[in-house]
Amino acid sequence: MKNSDQSLPGLYIHVPFCKSKCPYCDFYSITSLSLIPAWLSGIKKEVLIYKDRFGYFDSLYLGGGTPTIISEPDLIHLVDYLFTHFYFSPDSEISIEANPDDITQEKLKLLRNLGINRISLGAQSFNDYDLLYLSRRHTVLQTRRVIEMIRSAGFTNLGIDLMYGLNGQTETDWCKTLESAVDYKPEHISCYQLTIKKGTPFKQKKFKPLNESKERSLFMSTSALLEQAGYLHYEVSNFAREEKYICRHNAKYWNHTPYLGLGPSAHSFSPNQRWWNVKSLNKYCELLQKNRPPRAGTESLTEEQLQLEYLCLGLRTSAGIDRRFLNNLSALKELTDAKLVSIKGGRVVPTREGFLFADSIPLLLSE
Amino acid sequence: MEPINDQTIIRNFSIIAHIDHGKSTLADRLLELTGAVSAREMTPQYLDKMDLERERGITIKAQTVSLAYQALDGKTYRLNLIDTPGHMDFSYEVSRSLAACEGALLVVDATQGIEAQTLANLDLALENKLKIIPVINKIDLPQADPQRVKEEIELLLGVDSAEIMEVSAKSGTNVHIVLEAIVKRIPAPSGKKDNPLSALIFDSWYDTYQGVIVLIRVFEGKIFPGMRIKLFASNNEYEVNRVGIFSPAAKDTEGLSTGEVGFIIAGIKNLRDIQVGDTITDACQPTIKPFPGFQELKPMVFCGVYPSFPEQYNPLREALEKLRLNDSSFTFEPENSVALGFGFHCGFLGLLHKEIIQERLEREFNLDLVSTAPNVVYTVTTLKGDIVKIESPDQLPPPQEIAHIAEPYILASIPTPVKYLGEILKLCEEKRGMQRDLKYLSPEKVVLKYEIPLNEVVWDFNDRLKSLSRGYASFDYEFLDFRNSSMVKLDLLLNGSKIDALSLLVPKEKAYYIGKGLVEKIRKIIPRHLFEVVIQAAIGSKVIARDSIPPLRKNVTAKCYGGDITRKRKLLEKQKEGKKRMKQVGKISIPQEAFLSILKVS
Ligand SMILES: Nc1nc2c(ncn2[C@@H]2O[C@H](COP(=O)(O)OP(=O)(O)OP(=O)(O)O)[C@@H](O)[C@H]2O)c(=O)[nH]1
Ligand code: SF4
Repeated sequence: MKNSDQSLPGLYIHVPFCKSKCPYCDFYSITSLSLIPAWLSGIKKEVLIYKDRFGYFDSLYLGGGTPTIISEPDLIHLVDYLFTHFYFSPDSEISIEANPDDITQEKLKLLRNLGINRISLGAQSFNDYDLLYLSRRHTVLQTRRVIEMIRSAGFTNLGIDLMYGLNGQTETDWCKTLESAVDYKPEHISCYQLTIKKGTPFKQKKFKPLNESKERSLFMSTSALLEQAGYLHYEVSNFAREEKYICRHNAKYWNHTPYLGLGPSAHSFSPNQRWWNVKSLNKYCELLQKNRPPRAGTESLTEEQLQLEYLCLGLRTSAGIDRRFLNNLSALKELTDAKLVSIKGGRVVPTREGFLFADSIPLLLSE
Repeated sequence: MEPINDQTIIRNFSIIAHIDHGKSTLADRLLELTGAVSAREMTPQYLDKMDLERERGITIKAQTVSLAYQALDGKTYRLNLIDTPGHMDFSYEVSRSLAACEGALLVVDATQGIEAQTLANLDLALENKLKIIPVINKIDLPQADPQRVKEEIELLLGVDSAEIMEVSAKSGTNVHIVLEAIVKRIPAPSGKKDNPLSALIFDSWYDTYQGVIVLIRVFEGKIFPGMRIKLFASNNEYEVNRVGIFSPAAKDTEGLSTGEVGFIIAGIKNLRDIQVGDTITDACQPTIKPFPGFQELKPMVFCGVYPSFPEQYNPLREALEKLRLNDSSFTFEPENSVALGFGFHCGFLGLLHKEIIQERLEREFNLDLVSTAPNVVYTVTTLKGDIVKIESPDQLPPPQEIAHIAEPYILASIPTPVKYLGEILKLCEEKRGMQRDLKYLSPEKVVLKYEIPLNEVVWDFNDRLKSLSRGYASFDYEFLDFRNSSMVKLDLLLNGSKIDALSLLVPKEKAYYIGKGLVEKIRKIIPRHLFEVVIQAAIGSKVIARDSIPPLRKNVTAKCYGGDITRKRKLLEKQKEGKKRMKQVGKISIPQEAFLSILKVS
């Protein structure tokens, strides 16, 4: 990766549609697919607002929701529109999130033709009980077939998203899921511990949170198993088979690289400014109708706030933070003694165990 | 103005009442009726000087006012109303103000009846042999029950119901009758004008321009500008510059004669040079005997007061110095705690006094404070026979050098509806109380008197009394004496290090129970750390209670993308703010509440 490329902004498009709502999910997504045209014309209007401010990107991320849900013509239209109004560097990373249940051979072909070169597949588990527990709409068999299809369609950058810490899932079960994923040698694996957010149906009844020792043990085994298999544990929940497969778009969130997010609930950042869109498609379209930016909020970050974010984002990644940035040396010493961080090439980087305390360490290191 | 020659037209009196029974309102009406203040000038509670007092509804600094009243017999009388502090923390000062009077209006709220402060004040008035005029106030209120309150007063004072007046201080109903009763029932002052000067100091305060202003009651002889005076207790001599009365504005007079009440200014620079209760006499021709009952005012309750942020240490010191200019009854000394850093060890007359000072520090001086659990003063007799005053647990000599420890006892007056009696008796027993009296004022109301260690009261006695009686029982007290008891020092240790600011002196028989409660409390307050935190309560080297806070095993959220960053940063900002307010002992962060929570261990 060239340095100049690394600092180019990324573009995120939020596709807020799903066939049905998963009970643990707190992303903004709705099931009224009839609103797709309204959303699409909204996105197009929003592009016009930013096309002068953001000219040049090196990553595009179609996320959701379920981006693969939109029809072929709509998808073509959207991507063409983006490519017409924005510039993308030739080696851009162009990702799309996909669920095993809405992938077809034809769709994959289309995605390839559109220039999409990375697929992030919401496999979640290689155990059918888990999929049932999560009320997913696909089976393990489907996932397996889809992965083969993706490979044979010529995609050389595949990310598999998994979820652990489910009730009824033993550590052995989870390791089996991980091994199944590793068997496919995906370029990227994300392993998210199931966390229950306010307002989701899971919160209300189904999920019994695990105790911390269990969570800890699952986390440590995950990291050990994947590193053993040759993956880099480069962020709390993310693993890459090689450095070049680190998700370029997501890394921008952790590096304070600018990004533009379009669509309801999308967040954007451009030096010292952050803003976020309304979390309602109706509102979103309404504001755009009135030629107003569909924002719900903005903030200007002070130097101090930027530094605080630098600290807490940096310590979630294996790149860590610049040691010269820290003044609280006694806390640093305590943390190195406790083997939660180590100093590598002038940078303070979290150890595997340090990742487990990524939300405590910034506070300990701050003054 | 000339001093009053005819003693028979002077009446010196106070108004005593439970809080909110209408003392200030009645005083306002008296001022208005005698024309001292016109209705237009009148702001409610005219005599309460400080804002803080008005908000809390408590009069702290006594202020005296002289009224001219033309009675029905055609004569004009000089009525000196002597205001008393509103709380028993100041019981000595109240008793000195009452000593300056011949009579007192005992004001009782017609909807509430007799309350704790009514009783405690009445005890002091009776000790001073005052003529008591019972006044039932607030008869205008629909829920007023003057008949019931009358019965209570009759039982309490053994007076005839005809002597009890019913008024409304608010509307003014019957207030003129009160004025007549003052003239008729309260005796004129005795004492001889030709004797050498003997005057009682019952209040003093500091004025930036005038220096110390002293309020006095002349018992014998005269005082006038130019006179050289001597103070009995301090032996200091001064020359009187000004003499006068408040009516209510300060008015200079040619002097004050026997029976009169007023102020003097005598070039006294420091409030500390003057002590309430001291006797003033003529330096050239001193009286032989001082006015009886003088005591030096000694703080009884102590606690550490620390700034939340170290940079507020100097502002705190300056604020304490300023407050002390006008309140010689509280003390402070620099102190240093491992847990809390640099602060002050402060002494107060009582709990309310402590609260008032703290509140003023926080409010008037904008300080953010942490105070340690209050403890009372103890006297330790060592085996060598020395007597040492102990103002904080750290000062306790090693156990092998102690012959015995004595702690202060109070006499608590607790009037309560009968239905809460059982619970209150239990509470008093738990607090090592000894019953002294139990008297029915009516079939529904009973007055309890208990001798209780002050130590038991500084914690949560009042809160618990209020909650178990739903606020119906009240409580007031006066100091009795020091009595031997078996106290031990209870230390709190975190991972083996003693937290000095959390040490306590507790009665031996309760040490185990308190230690256990304390450990439990602290366990709930200290956040989890990356390592285990072991909490122990110990007496000397003997651990009597133990618990631990398990280490944090994991603290990381799974996802952190564009939409999560702001929330994460805000949380971190909040935690950083919180961290600033935590005290660090070694690697352990202790929230400030920990230092207060030990008050509520029961
Ligand atoms: N209805 C009615 N209210 C009264 C009467 N006298 C006083 N009050 C009210 O009762 C409350 C307390 O009166 P204060 O005069 O402040 O009582 P206090 O005894 O001086 O209280 P402290 O100064 O706090 O000791 C005030 O709200 C008064 O307005 C009365 O005769 N009738
Ligand atoms: S498919 Fe994804 S975005 Fe849609 S509801 Fe399920 S988890 Fe949420």
